[in-house]
Amino acid sequence: MDLHNAHSYTRRAFLARGVTLASASLTVPYFIQKSALAMTRPLGLSSQAGVPEDRVLVVVQLGGGNDGLNTLIPFADDAYYNARPGIAIPRDQVLRLSRNSDVGLHPSLDGLKSLYDDGLAAIVQGAGYPNPNRSHFASMDIWHTADSSGVGEGWLGKYFDAQCHGNPDADKAALEGHAGITIGREAPSAMIGREYKPVSFETADLFRWTGRELHDALNQPYDDIVHTEVDQEIEEMSPEHAFLMRTAMDARVASDKIRNAMDQRPLVNYPGNGLARQLAMVGSMIRAGLETRVYYVTLGGFDTHRGQGGVNGSHSNLMNQVGSSLRAFYNDLQAQGNDGRVMTMMFSEFGRRVGQNASNGTDHGTAAPMFLMGPMVNPGLHSRYPSLTDLDQGDLKHTIDFRTVYAAALENWLGADAKKVLDKPYKPANVIKRA
Amino acid sequence: MTQAQAEPREPRRPEPRVPTASLRPIADDAFTYDHAKHLLNRAGFGGTPQQIRALADWGPEKAVDHLLNTEAITTYPDNGAESFAADIMRPLTQREQQQYREALRSGDEDAAARFRQRRQQMQRSDREQIRDMQQWWLARMIETPKPLEEKMTLFWHSHFASGYRKVENSIHLYMQNRMFRELALGNFGDLLFRIIRDPAMLKYLDNDTNRARSPNENLAREIMELFSLGEGSYSENDIKNGAKALTGYTYEGNDFYFNDDQHDATIKRVLGKQGNLDGDGFVRAILEQPACAQYISQKLYRHFTGEFPEERSEHGRVTLRVIRQLASTMRKARYSIKPVLKQLFLSEHFYDPILRANSIKSPAELVVGAVRTLNTPVRDLTVLNDAMGLMGQTLFQPPNVAGWSGERTWINTSTIYVRQNAVTYLLTGRTPAGLDATAATDPYDPAPLLDDLEKSDPGAQRDPDKVVRYLLNVTLAGTPSQTRINTLKTFIDNAGGRVTKGVITGLLALIAALPEYQLK
Repeated sequence: MDLHNAHSYTRRAFLARGVTLASASLTVPYFIQKSALAMTRPLGLSSQAGVPEDRVLVVVQLGGGNDGLNTLIPFADDAYYNARPGIAIPRDQVLRLSRNSDVGLHPSLDGLKSLYDDGLAAIVQGAGYPNPNRSHFASMDIWHTADSSGVGEGWLGKYFDAQCHGNPDADKAALEGHAGITIGREAPSAMIGREYKPVSFETADLFRWTGRELHDALNQPYDDIVHTEVDQEIEEMSPEHAFLMRTAMDARVASDKIRNAMDQRPLVNYPGNGLARQLAMVGSMIRAGLETRVYYVTLGGFDTHRGQGGVNGSHSNLMNQVGSSLRAFYNDLQAQGNDGRVMTMMFSEFGRRVGQNASNGTDHGTAAPMFLMGPMVNPGLHSRYPSLTDLDQGDLKHTIDFRTVYAAALENWLGADAKKVLDKPYKPANVIKRA
Repeated sequence: MTQAQAEPREPRRPEPRVPTASLRPIADDAFTYDHAKHLLNRAGFGGTPQQIRALADWGPEKAVDHLLNTEAITTYPDNGAESFAADIMRPLTQREQQQYREALRSGDEDAAARFRQRRQQMQRSDREQIRDMQQWWLARMIETPKPLEEKMTLFWHSHFASGYRKVENSIHLYMQNRMFRELALGNFGDLLFRIIRDPAMLKYLDNDTNRARSPNENLAREIMELFSLGEGSYSENDIKNGAKALTGYTYEGNDFYFNDDQHDATIKRVLGKQGNLDGDGFVRAILEQPACAQYISQKLYRHFTGEFPEERSEHGRVTLRVIRQLASTMRKARYSIKPVLKQLFLSEHFYDPILRANSIKSPAELVVGAVRTLNTPVRDLTVLNDAMGLMGQTLFQPPNVAGWSGERTWINTSTIYVRQNAVTYLLTGRTPAGLDATAATDPYDPAPLLDDLEKSDPGAQRDPDKVVRYLLNVTLAGTPSQTRINTLKTFIDNAGGRVTKGVITGLLALIAALPEYQLK
């Protein structure tokens, strides 16, 4: 089953009613209500002259619950092989992280392994949260909101909201309205704030109104329609109407810019899979100098309840997509001179049970590794691998709270106040190099 | 990074007006053209001016009965079985399985490859068939004289979500679709008893691997969490025991099959009921919970009004009160759906101005509604089906087991373009890639849409002001603003000042680009 940016019922309900805009500027689209997102001083991140300095976060969401045990494999532990007679990765096939390491990557993750070997990957072992929820939707909501109840705005949405408030220096990103871009049909709730709504699209050529081509006389009225101000009455009497007006206005502004960015061919070849296609689009937008702070891409299909395979098979194919796409993405960024600006974070809503099931698959579990990529990360293994014998109802006990990784991304990469965004003080995990 | 300490946008104004909580039937003489339009938008896919007027003239009781009593309309067949192949994905016979195993054992690569190729060929054919089915269903929504039946079929499809990527068997999804249509306005209990025997669902939620010695909890969990009770009304233990009750519920070929050998016949305890429960016992235990009618009423209510309950505002509390009354009606009717919908569709509450134009059209409502209301050509169902996919609603492929989330989740900066462009396509045959073949052969004829105007006010169809007001009134759920009227009239001026067929087409393309066109 594919998990595509799910919202739980409670969360949906919350969002639908929760958004009330009543700022002084009733007449402008969402993006002008926000102001600065900029880091004000040069950071020395880009390796080429003329390349912007702003920091970018790319989130890769693996939907469905990626099997962490067959991603980062504890090959030295017999308990692993005993629990998974039909799907375990044989010791001699595991991509060992180093000679002394007792964990290693799935053989189809050779692309990721090469990033690791280049010092461009941090692996956070055993990431999870207390009282794990094994429902896709509930657990994804918890990861999206960074809140144990899974209710509230998305953590990145809250980041955007927080950046926009009380900062008088409106920068370009805010003005362009695409501080956050999601590739896909639906924006994941992680990106949706109380005020901030991300730009999202599946392919750039669908990102314009075809009516323009019917008759010249349609252009002016169309622009008038899209740029109509949201007045007080609509604001108060019809929040859905106001929401639609603002979204239409945001779409118009973002359309030209993004379509121009996509016209360029990437500097490197990407493999022919869905994740690579999305990352190539992200690469093009970064190269075109969009002021976007956060890009969000998703890959589904990780809900491997049956026949997931071992060295080969469906999970192996997914691993190959992930590894080869990320390698190509960083090759592209390096060719652009932008790699120093772009950190990538990869997660899934949960890992899977230690023991395989009777269908040679795995059921919903708990803790699993997170991955961070880019030259700014503290490369290597972080936290520790959860015990395969000291289990909680057959599931791994998490060894690090994923929100400490979020806190690091916010605090040590995006330069935000993590406590304000996450509502609670999480000590940032030591996964990012300090200047 | 600074953030304002006190957020000034928290309103300090008086509570806004809230809708009436009255479920009393709306009076005959209060039921106007706008009320009939609202009813058709919500209980159907919109309607032509003539249809709206007919319902308005009938009055609420007859109009609602006409929509609800679908069995009285016998002119529209409810099948398509003869055109779909039932055995594309037929499993290997025992003899074939033997041959395959033999080929693998003896290392007969050619024979094994033939089996694999056969399987790939089957899957290719089946993927073609599911596309045919998507278009078949879309065509039904467009054609049907019983729009509420299709709307409820779609509701159940999203409620009891099963997706093709996992099921990989088009005929199973087709059978499920027929079941939803048969019970669209039937009894919720019947739906639950049928869903635990439905091959598509058994596959989608892995119950075909739910066996006494290795239970798979997926179906039991989602039945309680998403299909009947909602989170918080059951325990993890209820799920474990419910899964045991469902062991052995599987299918063979296209038929449900109860595998006695794999069924756990021990004593289970589910929601306070104890015994050697099987799947039916599990369903009965659920149906005895008051939370079930409450949960289903809330989902139905949300589907038809766009509203949801919450305790923090008076508006949300009104919603909660109304849902409780509907749930009580549902319990009294022993889970019959019709009395609940009849009460809702006749109520003063349903027609409160606050509950009109407050909800966002689903992609199906947008596409089907444009064809049905504007009377456009259907053009190419493949294009329409793809467009719906880009808007986030691929039939037979809900995003996950929770179904489509609806409302604001339909809208983002890209789906809003797809929505505008889909209507442009229906009107003109123009796609983002260029012109469709139907553009030349099948031009849009606005005459039927304008008939009603011409009948009531001869000559009005040449008057820009009257035409603009008329078109906005037909197409928008809410009241058009003077700004919109002016913008559209300026367009007529700039296009030459005369109301031609081409100008009407342009007007409708612009109207479909109005943000408020997305409201129903």
